[in-house]
Amino acid sequence: MLPANPYTPTLRHSLNVFCISSLACLVFLACLSMGQPLFAQEKNPYAGDAKIAKLGEYQFRLNCAFCHGLGAHGGGRGPDLTRAKRHGSSDAEIFHNIHDGIAGTAMPAATNGGIGVGMSDEEIWQVVTYIRSLEVKAPAQPMGNAAHGKELFNGAAGCSTCHMMEGKGGRLGPDLTSVGASRSTEYLVESLRNPSRRLAQGIFEAMKEFPQEYVSVSVMTADGTKLSGVVLNEDQFTLQMLDTQEQLRLFEKSKLRSLEKKRESAMPVYDQKTLSDKDLQDLIAYLQTAGAQ
Amino acid sequence: MKRQLSDKELKSEFLNRLSSQAGEKHGLGMTISGRVAAVSLAGMFCIGLASIASAQVTPQRLVDSAKEPQNWLMYSGDYAGRRYSTLDQINASNAFSLVPKWAYQTMAGGKFEATSLVVDGVLYSTGADDRAFALDARSGRPIWQYQRALPPDIRPCCGRVNRGLAILGDKVFLGTLDAHVIALDTKTGNVVWDVEAAAHTTGYSITLAPLVIKSLVMVGVSGGEYGIRGFIDAYDAATGTRKWRFYTIPGPGEPGHETWEGDSWKIGGAPAWITGTFDPATDTTFWTTGNPAPSNRGEGRAGDNLYSNSLLALDPETGKLKWHFQFTKHDEHDYDATQVPVLVDEGDRHLIMQANRNGFFYVIDRASGKLLSATPYGRVTWSNSKDASGVPIERKEASPTLAGVPVCPGALGATNWFSPTYDPQTKLFYVSAREQCDIFSTAPQPYEAGHAFYGSAYFPNDDAQPFWGAVRAIDPATSQIKWELKHISPSWSGVLSTAGGLVFTGDAEGNFMALDAATGKILWHFQCGASVYASPMTYAIDGKQYVAIAAGSTLFAFGLP
Repeated sequence: MLPANPYTPTLRHSLNVFCISSLACLVFLACLSMGQPLFAQEKNPYAGDAKIAKLGEYQFRLNCAFCHGLGAHGGGRGPDLTRAKRHGSSDAEIFHNIHDGIAGTAMPAATNGGIGVGMSDEEIWQVVTYIRSLEVKAPAQPMGNAAHGKELFNGAAGCSTCHMMEGKGGRLGPDLTSVGASRSTEYLVESLRNPSRRLAQGIFEAMKEFPQEYVSVSVMTADGTKLSGVVLNEDQFTLQMLDTQEQLRLFEKSKLRSLEKKRESAMPVYDQKTLSDKDLQDLIAYLQTAGAQ
Repeated sequence: MKRQLSDKELKSEFLNRLSSQAGEKHGLGMTISGRVAAVSLAGMFCIGLASIASAQVTPQRLVDSAKEPQNWLMYSGDYAGRRYSTLDQINASNAFSLVPKWAYQTMAGGKFEATSLVVDGVLYSTGADDRAFALDARSGRPIWQYQRALPPDIRPCCGRVNRGLAILGDKVFLGTLDAHVIALDTKTGNVVWDVEAAAHTTGYSITLAPLVIKSLVMVGVSGGEYGIRGFIDAYDAATGTRKWRFYTIPGPGEPGHETWEGDSWKIGGAPAWITGTFDPATDTTFWTTGNPAPSNRGEGRAGDNLYSNSLLALDPETGKLKWHFQFTKHDEHDYDATQVPVLVDEGDRHLIMQANRNGFFYVIDRASGKLLSATPYGRVTWSNSKDASGVPIERKEASPTLAGVPVCPGALGATNWFSPTYDPQTKLFYVSAREQCDIFSTAPQPYEAGHAFYGSAYFPNDDAQPFWGAVRAIDPATSQIKWELKHISPSWSGVLSTAGGLVFTGDAEGNFMALDAATGKILWHFQCGASVYASPMTYAIDGKQYVAIAAGSTLFAFGLP
């Protein structure tokens, strides 16, 4: 069995795979079992070695591409690694981030029981070498006007009605403070132009394989009140939602008169008419600039 | 290494003596050394711990496990692998009133996949990271605890997990992540013997609960992600001496060797990482195997790749192969057959049923290994045809490519290792099914001993609807699905059925629930606080039935108020 996806705490026994929330535990276990943290090692023994970078590419496909995409250009889950990295871009920092994971993010430790089948130090250095080789080839970032993007975000484009940046804004949509650093440009463009294609991920429970998505929901309560909003979380029996007034609503499903979920984003589609290509670039520049801080 | 505090030793000693007394009182044959008749103990006896009796588990008791439904003597509850109990105190009319009776926290991170054993009031189980423990099954209070000192360079594919113990006599048996098999004293948790099955540095590990047959302890290995050569071993329960080994990949000169290209057999995987079953009537033990390695790449291992993804009928005395049936030939989608092979008798028909990871429900003749039927129980796109004997075969277009090919079931399968159950009352086979399709990609990968070796990766299909799961009740007579209970997301919980007309299972959202076995209606649920990655079991003490499940790092026991 393959390891489960890196999200699942399990992967595989198959694939199964892995849990971020148990990240802390894993790191703890890693420390317990490894004795000395190995990231003390600063120097990449393979720096610039093209053959090693190729081996690193194999490892990357196996262990990293699930979130970061083939070619490391970012999937729907992990950041584009061909750009500057928010958590450090030096060999030693990248090694450390892979080896031990990144606390407070979905990035798990690559130690035993962490990502997939786990990587040895040697394999991690191969991946570091591969990532560095991509960086060199990566084209310059297409940069829009971040200052104008910020104006749009808080003004004409109306983003801040539902989204927070650095503690300011609405709560109905996901907080976007770090989205620029943790998602690819392609993902950001798609989220604006076609927000329902891939719904944003919400709460990620420690042992749960898949995160909750930002699903739209409408309910009618026992007294006939109609409410709509987004799902914060749910299970077979209960629903936790935020209504369009940003009020938290907690329900037992069996007591609702009706419950309808739609796999459609509550966010409007920002097509060319609503948001020109240039404004789109500016907005993304703002998200990426803010996210990198 | 065993962590033991002096007060634990005292407790353990106390319980030993107590159980000795109880055994004597109940006229159970026991070996008692240091019998104690202290007045103080007699006093304690009276305040209610007395029912802990501890006659030793014999091979015959394992065969006759149905005669003592208050105990759960092996991983699947019985040799047939049915995970069914005749206990019916908790039933469809009172399940709504179930309450938690106790919880035991292992404090181990990672998935908690074990099924506990219960023998005469004592519960034996394991947690993540190869810890083992014995509890008072009525209170959840620990009697002893054991923690394996694992080396730092183990390579467990999919979590530092363990699925439980086997028991015989005064020992419980544990397979470890560093590929050892060890025996622990049931009274103290002390290591009695410890043997290395294989070098963990080459990718071997053991995660399954062993199976005891007669005087032998049987285990299979994990490691199909590291290019191991799989095997099933049998050890003398008394000494740990290895009695036989069956390599799941035939060596040169053996039948089946020709199904591997070149030297690919040496690193061909075919691990056996889930507990087998046993038919005492024909003296045959049944084991299942996992993927050929590398799992997502068929290039370089042309052929059927026997006995990967197979059901093996072995002679437990010798390990000799009686017959085999291969579910997925030349697998490229990680369709391990490591689901418990369930033995079911329908009149004169002696059958084996398996809901396979590849999405088909198989019914097989137990004497010959001949396939009787193979029917999808979930979404299947990897196969759209069968060979002359009815065995589903791969669709060429489903073969993984560099860019990736969407295939159902996904890499985690239509089900996985968690147990199904067969209920002889409803005559239904219940399984936790997963509806997840993945994009399978492949790329060449060099083999290096002890390193990951699975020929690239899989990705979820972003365009797909969210993945979901369901408990499905399959009527084996027709292979049709009689009912299903949908889960919000795919579950990693097994299923238990009982004579109370109930099916118990858990979900990824952390609920443990009781279902009406006839309809799938939810009768009761409890939120455990973390996803369930285990299969439920049931037992009784003092005439009171309990149902136990692991979730998070906690073992829960439920009962009537």
